[in-house]
Amino acid sequence: MNQYDAIVIGAGHNGLTNAAYLAKAGLEVLVVEKNDYIGGAAVSRELHEGWIYSSCSYVCSMMRQAIHRDLNLTKHGLILVPYLGNVAFGDNGETLVGYTDEEANYNALRKISPHDADAMFRLHADLARYAQLIRKTLLRTPPDPTSFRPRDVNELLWFAKQFWGLGEKELYEYIRFFTMSAADYLEDYLENDLIKATMASAGIIGTALGVYSPGSAYILLHHVMGDVDGNIGAWGLARGGMGAISQSLAGALQESGGEIRLNAGVRKILVKKQKAVGVVLENGDELYANIVVSNLDAKRTFTQCMDEDDLPPGIFKKAKNFKIRGSSGKVNIALSGLPKFNGVPNNRYVNRGGQAFVGSLETMERAYDDWKHGCWSKDPFIESVIPSAWDPTVAPPGKHWMSNFVQYCPAELADGPWTPEKRNTFGQIIVDKIERYSPGFRELIVHMEVRTPHEIEAEVGLTEGNIFQGELTIDQLLFNRPFPGYAQYRMPVKNMYMCGSSTHPGGGVSSACGANAAREILMDLRLGNTVPDDDFYDE
Amino acid sequence: MSDSNTVTVDPFEEERPKETHFHARMAVLNIRENWAAWNGYKLANYFYDAEYEYFCVRNGCGTYDICGMQKYFVTGKDAEAMLNRMVTRDISEMNIDRVTYLVWCTDEGRLIDDGTVFKLGHEHFMLTCGSPSLAWLEKSCYGFKDVSIVDMSEGIAALALQGPTSCEVLKKMGLKDIDTLKPFGIKHFPFGASQDKPLMVSRTGFTGDLGYELWIKPELALKMWDSLYDAGEDYHIQPFGEAALNMARMEAGFIMPLMEFNEALKTIHFRHDHTPFQLNLDWLVDFKKPHFNGRAALLREKHDGPEYTLVKLDIEGNKPAEECNVYSDKGCENEIGYVTSAMWSPVVKANIALAMVKTKYLKGEIWAEIYYNKELRSYTKVSRCTVKEKPFWTHSRSRATPPLPY
Amino acid sequence: MSSYDTIIIGAGHNGMVCACYLARRGQKVLLLEAANEIGGLAAKREFFPEFQVSVAHSISHFSAKVAKELNLESHGFINPSCSLPTVGLNRNGEHVVLAHDEGGAASLSGVSEKDLASFKNYQTLMYRYAAMLKPFWGTVLPRIGVSGISKAMTYAKLGLKLRLLGKSDMREFMRIAMLPARDLMDEYFDNDLLKALLSWDALIGSKMAPRSPNGPVVSLLYRMGGDFEGAHYLPENGIESLIYSLRSVAEASGVETRTNFPVEKILIQRNESGLKVEGVTMPDGEIITATRVVSSADPHRTFIDLVGVENLEIQFANRIRRLRSEGYVAKLHLALHGEPKFNGLAGPEGRMIIAPTMDTIEFAYDDAKYGEFSRQPVMEVIVPTRYQSELAPPGKHVISAHVMYVPKMLKSKWSVDAREEIKNKTIDLLAQYSPGLKNLIAHAEFLTPEDIESNFRVTGGNWHHADHVIDQMFMMRPTYEAAQYSTPVPGLFLCGAGCHPGGDLMGAAGHNAAHEILKS
Repeated sequence: MNQYDAIVIGAGHNGLTNAAYLAKAGLEVLVVEKNDYIGGAAVSRELHEGWIYSSCSYVCSMMRQAIHRDLNLTKHGLILVPYLGNVAFGDNGETLVGYTDEEANYNALRKISPHDADAMFRLHADLARYAQLIRKTLLRTPPDPTSFRPRDVNELLWFAKQFWGLGEKELYEYIRFFTMSAADYLEDYLENDLIKATMASAGIIGTALGVYSPGSAYILLHHVMGDVDGNIGAWGLARGGMGAISQSLAGALQESGGEIRLNAGVRKILVKKQKAVGVVLENGDELYANIVVSNLDAKRTFTQCMDEDDLPPGIFKKAKNFKIRGSSGKVNIALSGLPKFNGVPNNRYVNRGGQAFVGSLETMERAYDDWKHGCWSKDPFIESVIPSAWDPTVAPPGKHWMSNFVQYCPAELADGPWTPEKRNTFGQIIVDKIERYSPGFRELIVHMEVRTPHEIEAEVGLTEGNIFQGELTIDQLLFNRPFPGYAQYRMPVKNMYMCGSSTHPGGGVSSACGANAAREILMDLRLGNTVPDDDFYDE
Repeated sequence: MSDSNTVTVDPFEEERPKETHFHARMAVLNIRENWAAWNGYKLANYFYDAEYEYFCVRNGCGTYDICGMQKYFVTGKDAEAMLNRMVTRDISEMNIDRVTYLVWCTDEGRLIDDGTVFKLGHEHFMLTCGSPSLAWLEKSCYGFKDVSIVDMSEGIAALALQGPTSCEVLKKMGLKDIDTLKPFGIKHFPFGASQDKPLMVSRTGFTGDLGYELWIKPELALKMWDSLYDAGEDYHIQPFGEAALNMARMEAGFIMPLMEFNEALKTIHFRHDHTPFQLNLDWLVDFKKPHFNGRAALLREKHDGPEYTLVKLDIEGNKPAEECNVYSDKGCENEIGYVTSAMWSPVVKANIALAMVKTKYLKGEIWAEIYYNKELRSYTKVSRCTVKEKPFWTHSRSRATPPLPY
Repeated sequence: MSSYDTIIIGAGHNGMVCACYLARRGQKVLLLEAANEIGGLAAKREFFPEFQVSVAHSISHFSAKVAKELNLESHGFINPSCSLPTVGLNRNGEHVVLAHDEGGAASLSGVSEKDLASFKNYQTLMYRYAAMLKPFWGTVLPRIGVSGISKAMTYAKLGLKLRLLGKSDMREFMRIAMLPARDLMDEYFDNDLLKALLSWDALIGSKMAPRSPNGPVVSLLYRMGGDFEGAHYLPENGIESLIYSLRSVAEASGVETRTNFPVEKILIQRNESGLKVEGVTMPDGEIITATRVVSSADPHRTFIDLVGVENLEIQFANRIRRLRSEGYVAKLHLALHGEPKFNGLAGPEGRMIIAPTMDTIEFAYDDAKYGEFSRQPVMEVIVPTRYQSELAPPGKHVISAHVMYVPKMLKSKWSVDAREEIKNKTIDLLAQYSPGLKNLIAHAEFLTPEDIESNFRVTGGNWHHADHVIDQMFMMRPTYEAAQYSTPVPGLFLCGAGCHPGGDLMGAAGHNAAHEILKS
């Protein structure tokens, strides 16, 4: 069969979500995937016998629980568990353990800075306020501010109402927060550098901005706005690795009769008379559909899978200018035992959380400066977690694996292309840095996989290995994402849609982009909506 | 070098609630092992029986550990000006060795916290409050040249002694002329071998009855406890926990953070915090004093009148109106407010509550929709509420100097 | 004891503009200046015997409305027939030159045909946006949370203007307004010199570099709102003619001006209904009373030093404390024995920018953000004597340069040696473009932001009083509690660069403040 109602390109979590909702509405849906496994960047892969890595994304905080519940993902094998606290490491060996218990957390902060222990209550309240607002927008289609259609006008009014509901003062505070740098923003609250650095680190994850770059405060929010079971800011792990999310979505898709084809990379999206009609696969097969949905990033979709001639004027250039910068690396390490860290209590709970090798604000900013010069950070910021400390299914008994997310690592090096040697050097920098905080760490290593933006792009298909499918700066957020005028999931070619993280609300394993796109498609097809409204704990 | 022969460290040390300076004695007395937490410290919820402890406070006397209270020394030439700009009450007329209860607000006149200021010298004050306020204090200091804040929360051991016999106990403990100490006054006493009067006693408290608070260096804390308990043995001294304190303060009509009000700086939604006017604390806002934080906003609030007002309710029946809404009609259709704290008052034999009620409905009928539980079954009951102007319980001995006999 | 309707603190150009407007409406105005001379950063001063210069060395967007309404032209402030060319200096002499002829038509040389074509598109679009925003710089931006038809109208007008751009340009505006300068330039151009040159006006004066989002493009559009569409120019009688003409208008309108008159405190009366400004006190205790006081000093100096925190709210005082107002621009003044020669230029013409690439600017910033010297600074150079020979003895010349990025807070602390080191480094760099320069130098003066702070009483040595970043602009400048020229202290107003619309020699802040005061 080569004719479908809809073809979704890319079996990442958003593609699968999108397909699942289309299938649920009764469409015949095919998801085509270039790799021989599904999941995109949400995968669990056994790259060393007995160890299952979440080899790309490693943490889940934004997954919309309305979708989790609606698609019955638990039945399809998904269990999400919140982190238990986290540990931050400073340049001079100082550590800060964050606990989930408020009193314990207060005492730990107070040991470093009584001032900040107090100020943190206020910071959390303020961040929660901003998060509550922005979270309401995740499962909604951004309005087009240039349009006078009732739907856009109503949606704009809805947005305005939400903002107005903050009260005048908070409105200004919100604008400040939205445009400031993480470091400047935190300066208003905190005085201790390690605490500031720990909080600010969320402002640079996955982005080509530094802690002092305006706009990084919003990215901080993007990482702390998630909630696992109502705990704002909580991060979670998926049992069995991040692949469990993709597998459960695939389960939901197949339950509704959807189909997935592996080893089916798309060479080109077929366009006839300015309408998308199907795709040509790498092997030359042509598949036809009434609807084509791309889960690939905007740059890849338009500059690699489409001809400039098939597109209205200007779109190709917009896609080329789309900011999707490689700035992060990932190092997955299989360990023969649980590493011990200097200055961290050796107890069974602390290891259930994350480790953040933050250093200081200046260390993180200098790491960014290296990136600007086209090299990887000499002293990078590393955000780690040992999923096996909680999840018995991802490493052999008694053994562990550690996920290390590294900021910064450029997609293109100033001194020529990436080579395996350079990749290894980069990997060793990570090991060296961890070894500084965990003497003996190197001896525990059983296997190690190093991913630079180069590998992430080659394998997952994310341009430059950008984990968000495009920078989360104001020029690429909300109605500007991916391009102004195309933020409602419909693309410049008729019958073509986008459902990846290049669209609102952006990166993160949230399933929101895919679900929002499905809602728009079903509306265009005049079919009943299958996508649920979001639900919140704070309402 | 790691040494495997060293004493094993508790791997949870950092996580466990801290122990106060009186913990060694209290742990022995805490038969029920029922601990709550306060600012990172372990604090008894009750020791033996909450109601028994409550009656000890009303009948004999009880001690309540206030080590978890935040204490800040504010010193320097500008200390008074800085504090006076922060709080809504005028402290410029305070005499040395006096205490005053006060509140402070945000720029928008929303209540941040309540607490007490102790004037210990011309340029030396102590501010105490229920939850950490260091960040706000330091913000308040900005621009004043000579003022410094020292967080003494861990550096001072403090114990409240409350109840009718409390003065007698202190007398027996040898505190000379303690009976001449006026309400909100401070006296310093010699203690143990030390001649420099290390024991500070203030006539303050949170129970509505005669009571004192004792302040001392941590190294003398247990010694003080012992001599207090030696002296108090014949006067029915008993430690009491948070549960009994909550009962006593409710009867006295005192407000409690996170019950009657949210601290404005830690509140997510701007409609969920309060002004002093809403909490009936207008007597603490002095528009005649020099400029203070939130002044303009508070003046507007005074002029417009608060949307909600905290009231004391006497509720018919005997089911405590915990966590319920109040209505202007028996049919519970028009919601006009919510109960903040409620209980059966054992001493007054009344069903009492504090509630936030929309000011414009105060004159009319007030009905509470009460939920209660009987052998796993939930029931609802609508009861009529009467607004009380006076505290549910108070005693003239608490204001007299010397205190009236117990 | 004398009494006035209005006392204005600081005789910088904004203070003077405000004074003129108020006096012309019949107010009795007293203008107080702490320095010997009026004019603030635009004042002409002798930095070496017989050599003169002003810290502000060119104008890009002085308000045409103010010039017209105050009739400054007839008092000697006359626009030149032509703006200054902007030259992106190349060490090898192959410069990029952006010039405008008398009709305002732009010409660009030294770039490829492709860049030339892109420049046309770029310019057309940016001018559209600049023209759209232009009226709003000279308007009081009301609070956003307050209802009222007239207040809502300002924003309704802005929305309408935005909508009138047409769908596509409106969308593009909402995208590029927050872009980093670098992304904007990369989208249009290939030539590095051109990109650096065009991004210069987006960045100078604030703690911003080419990669910084949220502010620079707005800053650029702000500067493009001038008479010469953003091109810098020198008035016919020099920068100081602005100050002299304002003085002349002020005198004619009856403004009383006193120099050498530093205000010690703003006098505030407290009573039961609140605070009220009564006047000012001088260091010798003299009190001058007035119905209102208007400060053109920066917000930090006004509120923290002159009002005093005891009269302010706590969060507000801390907001002022945290205003990002640390200066990163230093000033180099050279007294020269002869005319400096630049490689590949017939004469030292126009505004010469030494910034080979946007990365050079970025990396210069990177050093400074940690409180260090830029290893390779970037600068903007003008030879004012080329246009005004009277600034130096016959045949002699002056070089005036803005040098970025020089941190106000040097990690190793400012000292004579530190200043000497950065001065020499800057001269070395300049000499690479102007061989033989060093032999011409009679005297060199280097003003670090710290010097600018102490000499000109500007907190942080920041010309803008507060960085041009989105959270400190529009109805949030300097902070939302004091953004409509009135302040939390009744009777006290702001009129300096720290208010909307911001810094540079523009006069709009003074104009808007006067407008707001006259309304109340």
